[in-house]
Amino acid sequence: MGGPDYAELCQLYARYAAALDAARWDEWPEFFVEDCLYKLIPRENHERGFPLATLMFESKGMLQDRVYGIRETLFHDPYYQRHVIGAPLIHAATAERITCEANYAVLRTKLSELPTVFSLGRYIDEVVVTDGGLKFASKLVVYDNELIANSIIYPI
Amino acid sequence: MDGAEAVFPDEMTWPAGDVGRVPFLAYTNPEFHKAELERFFYRDHWCYVGLEAEIPEPGDFIRTAVGERSVIVVRDDEGAINVVENVCAHRGVQFCRERHGNRLDQGFTCPYHQWKYTLQGDLRGVPFLRGLKRDGQVQGGMPPDFKTSDHGLNKLKVATRGGVIFASFDPDVESLEDFLGPEMLGYFDRLFDGRMLKILGYNRQRIPGNWKLMQENIKDPYHPGLLHTWFVTFGLWRADNKSELKMDAHHRHAAMISTRGQAAAAAPAEVTQVSSFKASMQLNDARFLDIVPEPWWKGPTAVMMTLFPSVILQQQVNSVSTRHIQPRGHGAFDFVWTHFGFEDDDEAMTQRRLRQANLFGPAGFVSADDGEVIELSQMGFEQKPFHRTVAELGGRDAADSDHMITETLIRGMYGYWRKVMGL
Repeated sequence: MGGPDYAELCQLYARYAAALDAARWDEWPEFFVEDCLYKLIPRENHERGFPLATLMFESKGMLQDRVYGIRETLFHDPYYQRHVIGAPLIHAATAERITCEANYAVLRTKLSELPTVFSLGRYIDEVVVTDGGLKFASKLVVYDNELIANSIIYPI
Repeated sequence: MDGAEAVFPDEMTWPAGDVGRVPFLAYTNPEFHKAELERFFYRDHWCYVGLEAEIPEPGDFIRTAVGERSVIVVRDDEGAINVVENVCAHRGVQFCRERHGNRLDQGFTCPYHQWKYTLQGDLRGVPFLRGLKRDGQVQGGMPPDFKTSDHGLNKLKVATRGGVIFASFDPDVESLEDFLGPEMLGYFDRLFDGRMLKILGYNRQRIPGNWKLMQENIKDPYHPGLLHTWFVTFGLWRADNKSELKMDAHHRHAAMISTRGQAAAAAPAEVTQVSSFKASMQLNDARFLDIVPEPWWKGPTAVMMTLFPSVILQQQVNSVSTRHIQPRGHGAFDFVWTHFGFEDDDEAMTQRRLRQANLFGPAGFVSADDGEVIELSQMGFEQKPFHRTVAELGGRDAADSDHMITETLIRGMYGYWRKVMGL
C-alpha cells in the first residue's frame, strides 16, 4: 500500500471531530484542499442517483462562506455537537491518496435541553497527502436521518 | 400586564372582523387542528401530492401524504395517475411501507392477509374468498353477497396540471383551475409551462411548529430582509425591490413577486434596517449567486406562491422547488422539498440550480433560520395560549399590494381561515 499510515488517517478524523465539537469553525475549511468538494446529502438522494445535496460546497472558499453564514447571518438556536466517528475503512490507497469511509454519529445538545441523536451516516472521503499533512479532497456526508430535526446549521 | 385572565382559555375570543391579531390558541388547540384537517386538507381543497416526473413509467409509485393521511400516487398501465389511500380495505393496515418503487407486475398487496389491489385501487383478489374445499365440504369463505367491487381502496380525486399532481378526498371539490383562481393560475403556469420536469432530489425536515406558520412565513415579506441577513448582505433582497403581493379571490392562496434590483449598489441603512448589515462583504466563491436569467421568468426574479393549505411553489432566481406541508399534530409538520429542473436545462444550468439550492432547504443560508423561528414561535404560543399576535404592518385589512412593507397576505389567510372554521 505505501503512503500515509493508518494512525495518521485516524488522527485526521479525530482532529476533524475535535475542531467541530469545540466550535472552532475557522479550522473547518483548513481540513480541505483549495479545490475540494463537500456534500451533505440524504441517503435517499445518494442511493437513487439524485444529484441534489442539502449542502454542496465546491471550494474552500465556499466552506469559508458557510463559516461566515454560521457566524454572522444564520439565526439559530445555539447547540453543542458531539461527533463520534468510527474507525475508517480504507478502500484504496496510493502514496498520495486514500479512498476511505467512516461511520459517524452526531449527538446534539441544545441549551437547557436533553441530548438527542441529530445526524448519523457515513463519510465517503478522498484524502490526499499535502505539505500541510493529510487533507480532504472530497467529503461526502451521506446521512441516514433523511428527516432532519428542523435545521442543520453547523458543519458535520 | 398579561396573565390576569385565564392562561388556558376554554374558548377563543377574537373580535369579529379582526384578521391581524391571531389568537395563539389557533396554533395550540388540538381540536382546532382536527377541524383544520377536516375542512382544509380533506374537504373542499386540492392538496399537492407530487410531480409527474417522480412516477414517469407505468407502475411507478410514491408514498406521500394528504394532511395526515398516507396516500399512494401511482401511474397505471395505461399511463393514468391514481391516488389511493394507504389503508387496506380489509382490516385497515397501512400496507405500503416503501416510499417509492414500481408495481406494474404485482399491483399492491397487503402483507397481513394478502388482499391484492390493482394500480387503480380495485380489489382483485382475496385469499379463501370462496372458502376451502375439504372432504366435499366448503369451509369458511366470504359471505355469498361479498363483492370484491365493494372493497377497493379509497380512491381520491386527481387533477394534474403542468406536471404537478393534486389530489382531494372530496369527490365534490371544484376544478383545480377554479380552486386556484385566474391570478394564481397565471403564476402557476409560468413555472409549470408544460416542459418536462427533471427531478434533482429531496430534502426533508420536521419542523416543531404549527403548519400554518409555514404558510405565513411565505406570506410574510416583512421578515426576509430582517431575518435572512445573508440575502441582504449579498444583495439578493432589498425591501425596495420592485414587488407585488397578490391573492386569489378567497385570500387563501398568494404570490409574492419580486424583481431583484442592482445587487452591486449598497443599500442605504433605512432600506436594510439590519444591525448586522455589512455593505463591504463579498463571497469568497461567487458561484453561490451565479444567476442566469431564464426566458420563462418574464421579468420577476422571484415568485413565491403559497397554495393553501398544502404547498409552496418556489422560484428564487434559478432555484425551483415544491415544498410540501404535511402536518403532524398541531405542533409539528414535515416539510418535504422537491427540487427540480427542466428537460431543456444544459449541464451548466443543472449545476447552477444545484448550487443555488445551498440557499434553501433545512440547512440553507436563507431557509434554515425560517425553521428555527417557527420552532420558537410555537414555543411562545404554547406558554401563553390566551395571547395573540399583532400582524398589522401595512394596516388591518387585506388587499393586494405593490410593496413588501406589509403583512397583508397573512391577514388575508386568517380572514379565510375564520370563515371556513366558523370562528
